Amino acid sequence: MRTLEVGSRALLVEFDSPTEAQALHAELLRRRADGELPAVREIVPAARTVLLDGLDDPRGLAARMRSWRIPPLSTRAGDAIEIPVRYDGPDLAEVAQLWGVPVGQVPRIHSEAEFRVAFCGFAPGFGYLTGLAERYAVPRRATPRTSVPAGSVALAGSYTGVYPRSSPGGWQLIGTTQAALWDHARVPAALLSPGSRVRFVPVEGR
Amino acid sequence: MTDRALCVVRAGALTTVQDEGRPGHALLGVPRSGALDAPASRLANRLVGNPADAATLETTLNGCALRSRCAVTVAVTGAPCAVTVDGRPAAWGAPVRVPAGARLEVGPAVRGVRSYVGVAGGIAVEPVLGSRATDLLSGLGPAPLTDGTVLPLGAETGVHARVDTAPQPGPPAALVLRILPGPRADWFTPAALRTLSTRAYRVSTASNRIGLRTEGPPLERAVPGELPSEGMVLGAVQVPPDGRPVVFLADHPTTGGYPVVAVVEETDLASAAQAPPGTPLRFVPVGRRGVSGAAARPAPGPLGRLSAAPGQHSNTT
Repeated sequence: MRTLEVGSRALLVEFDSPTEAQALHAELLRRRADGELPAVREIVPAARTVLLDGLDDPRGLAARMRSWRIPPLSTRAGDAIEIPVRYDGPDLAEVAQLWGVPVGQVPRIHSEAEFRVAFCGFAPGFGYLTGLAERYAVPRRATPRTSVPAGSVALAGSYTGVYPRSSPGGWQLIGTTQAALWDHARVPAALLSPGSRVRFVPVEGR
Repeated sequence: MTDRALCVVRAGALTTVQDEGRPGHALLGVPRSGALDAPASRLANRLVGNPADAATLETTLNGCALRSRCAVTVAVTGAPCAVTVDGRPAAWGAPVRVPAGARLEVGPAVRGVRSYVGVAGGIAVEPVLGSRATDLLSGLGPAPLTDGTVLPLGAETGVHARVDTAPQPGPPAALVLRILPGPRADWFTPAALRTLSTRAYRVSTASNRIGLRTEGPPLERAVPGELPSEGMVLGAVQVPPDGRPVVFLADHPTTGGYPVVAVVEETDLASAAQAPPGTPLRFVPVGRRGVSGAAARPAPGPLGRLSAAPGQHSNTT
């Protein structure tokens, strides 16, 4: 654990691995629910860090944090959210080639993985999902698309993501879902939040 | 006579509904958003008897024109501009009574960029996650105003202030942004940190509600390569590959992958919102305040604690 000051009101806590960052995020949520955390405006997990913003005394919290025992991330906490996917993305063949497998194997490999939302960003409701083995990491497209349709299931690095709305994007598109990733009339508005477990379920047809 | 609404006659270059924004949802990728010149928006509300967090209109450079369907009290704050009601001059920075059917003209900014129109009862569009703010990055909240938009008004709750005019800071002729250390100051060369704190920059025309972009000497990285995405704060000075610092404003992304060299004091962001393109800009390092009870200290080096990057880090586990 490494703590970095961010201005006078925020603290960035950095780890070597994404799982440690996710474990700290879970522990921060537990401590906040139990009233053991000083007032904080935002807790933002990311790839290998957790940002705490709006603190009165970031340095004091950093000092206290060093004595915390952070339980490892539970792998079986809560039910997985199931996202139905039609594996029909325009980059399916390219991903199969990058993985060195027949095209038909991509849906099987992807849907057999257990995902977890490591963090959100890019757009409201967009989650960066970890769970695919590192050997399935793929580069972003050399030229980003100017418009990726809402509901596109996509890969970049070893992350999977689902575009909540139409936007530009450079991820490799492998499928589409009808699931509403973001609906601000719904509570909660985001289908996925950091820590959520996710499974992709292949569906046929439209 | 329940038709409490404003019709937009001239939307202007960019007029949006703003309030205090949506703090607390960054972990879902939702920017804070809200008025860029928050003190001006709060003042407009105070002048018309609204709570501080009521929704106002934020104009950009050339104002807007509105026709009220009811008699209503308004106040225009922020960037100084001509205000007229049915063509007759009215006060800027003070409560103004607009009769039903009258046209309120908020003129182009004489200086500064953004004027705020407070209306008694507040702009009562549907809130999203507790806020009525237009968020241009993520598309939350009402779309920017267009000619013909009808804006519902809330019920008047307070009494407008009894003032002829309210003092407000003028827009900056030169922008001075006080900076504190960012988490990735050590990704830059000592020369780059010196450059940031001593050289002159200018506000770029590419600035918007997401970020204040700058023109000036690029900052050279000491650490090459990619930074995994990490959480971003309001006022973060992020440095993209072209080396020109970008100061994150209200609609900034919640996570980002370029290193943050410094963080601008939040109280300086209102003046950043009022600095038109071309405004001279300097970044001035200041001592850290309010951390572990430490008092303000003069910066020891050219960049204060920014240049002492390794000291910011505490390796433990």
